[in-house]
Amino acid sequence: MTRAALRHRLAERGIDRQLLLLAPALACVLALFVYPFAYGIGLSFQPAEGGVLGAYRTFFTDAYQRDTIATTLGLALPAAILNVAASVPIAYRMRGRFRGKRLLTTVLVVPITLGTVLTAEGLLNYLGPTGWFNRTLISVGLTDAPVRLTNNYWGVFFSLVITGFPFAFLLILSYLSGIDPTLDRAAATLGAPWWQRFRRITLPLLAPGLATTFCLTFVLAFSVFPSAVLVGDPAGETRVISIAAYHAAYEVYDYPLGSAIAVIMGLVELAVVAVVLGLRSLLYTGSTGGKG
Amino acid sequence: MTTFSELRLDGVRRRFGGKDALAGLSLTIRRGEFIALLGPSGCGKSTALNCLAGLLPLTEGSIWQDGDRLDTLPPERRGFGMVFQSYALFPHLSVRKNISFGLQMRRLPRDEVRRRTDEAIKLVRLEEHARKLPGQLSGGQQQRVAIARAVVLEPSLVLMDEPLSNLDAKLRLEMRTEIRRLHQSLGLTTVYVTHDQEEALSLADRLVVLRDGRVEQIGTPEELHNRPANRHVADFMGYRNLVPMRVKAVHGDTVALDGSGLTLEGTPVGPVAAGDEVVAGIRPEDLRAGPHGVPVTVEVVEYQGRELAVEARTEEGVALFLRAAERPAPGDRITVTAAPSRVLVFGAGTR
Repeated sequence: MTRAALRHRLAERGIDRQLLLLAPALACVLALFVYPFAYGIGLSFQPAEGGVLGAYRTFFTDAYQRDTIATTLGLALPAAILNVAASVPIAYRMRGRFRGKRLLTTVLVVPITLGTVLTAEGLLNYLGPTGWFNRTLISVGLTDAPVRLTNNYWGVFFSLVITGFPFAFLLILSYLSGIDPTLDRAAATLGAPWWQRFRRITLPLLAPGLATTFCLTFVLAFSVFPSAVLVGDPAGETRVISIAAYHAAYEVYDYPLGSAIAVIMGLVELAVVAVVLGLRSLLYTGSTGGKG
Repeated sequence: MTTFSELRLDGVRRRFGGKDALAGLSLTIRRGEFIALLGPSGCGKSTALNCLAGLLPLTEGSIWQDGDRLDTLPPERRGFGMVFQSYALFPHLSVRKNISFGLQMRRLPRDEVRRRTDEAIKLVRLEEHARKLPGQLSGGQQQRVAIARAVVLEPSLVLMDEPLSNLDAKLRLEMRTEIRRLHQSLGLTTVYVTHDQEEALSLADRLVVLRDGRVEQIGTPEELHNRPANRHVADFMGYRNLVPMRVKAVHGDTVALDGSGLTLEGTPVGPVAAGDEVVAGIRPEDLRAGPHGVPVTVEVVEYQGRELAVEARTEEGVALFLRAAERPAPGDRITVTAAPSRVLVFGAGTR
């Protein structure tokens, strides 16, 4: 009697034998994510010298290391802002139904599927000193010497935009289609021209989605590694934080320092995301009346 | 208020993918009139309203406000108020800001915006809820915000797209009275779209019955209720019994009918001759159980307060809907009859 009652009470809270089905997934998560993550954090507190916080101290006292935070933010923030800002008007134009929408969406999504290495190679060929872009500029006479657009800040920036934009665009398009189109029409019958409708109705309802999209594209851009090496200047201008971590761990074999840099990288990302989500919570985040 | 003496729709046609959603609607709306566009879903009534509002471009035809052509103007420059079926309240703006939105778009002085918004909030009795967001209101309150938002601009024409269809039965009756009261007290001109004949009959000065994008009949509620022009309008006006029959003989104003297991006398709508295949339209409340008449078998009995609604079958298996004062049992054989003036006969041209 009491046994049965206990089983009932547990079942009411969702605890029953079916819960065991979770075990394999849980084991994978623990073994492949939680354990290495915790191990890395633990490692970062065990440097060869300098006490518990020695690795962190090394990172922050060395300007060459410390500056990677600013370098990475200097790439990731503008790239994420541009990706979001450029997606809004295009998605706004494309929010309705029209012929060829699927084709256009597919074309925009292609860069995601290509991967960073192929994008980087394309950029080197197209924007490099002897690429089409510069050859055209020179032959038209706009410039005498090739404009340097690769192996520096701009190369990495372009690569971040090319890979990040489709991602931001698709997210924003889906947020936009979640806004009830009748609201726009209602505003029109109340005498609002299109830009007022956009500014006062669509944009405020879209803003929380923009914040979320910004966070996601920012995090993607912040962990940039391949393009910073391939189309950037990995020893100077584009020595981003992931390069610093890689360098520490796999070239100097200072695992604690590498782990510490990885932890710092995570914390910086968390800080930016926290600020953006904090601002987002000030906005209206309720229903937008649409299907999404 | 921008005033006009009449608004004219001239052969307004709207085509969707090669099919006419609205096939040439011509209608003159006088100032102060309450017009209801009535019809089943897909009849083109909402299309007509969206064309008027400017939310759908016309395929053909024109819309005139006195001497000014309106159909080439975008919605924001027509100065009409619109109440949407889903209300379409701005979810991120308070009740007050929803209502003042249109006034602000007109760039009116701040004092006037405040005064007129206050008035509109008072008009729909939402003073206590002015600071709330639409999501915090009940359906009926949201409906009132939507109406206040449309009428605060004192529009020359108010368009309403099935505004009561999302409310429960009791609230619907309340809001119906409310809408008629506002229409009268503010001297509005209203075009109201609905599929509910009762709503249309009780609210409107004139009704436009649409079917498959075409006008079936335009008239006052009395005209449509008593003399529907054809069987489709009759169907919509509560003639639930539409029975295929044959004309046996014509006697002056009435005709003798038989068929479908019934023999009746009726009043023809339009010309009919002996031998014609016709449709007889009878309201359930006009078909009574009585001592003399046609025998039918009772199938279903529903209690409806003062009366009983009965579904019965004739000997030829045609279903009939009627009212009875005493409760018959399912399976009972009763006789039914109807006054000839209450049986409308629709001939070939009006079927």
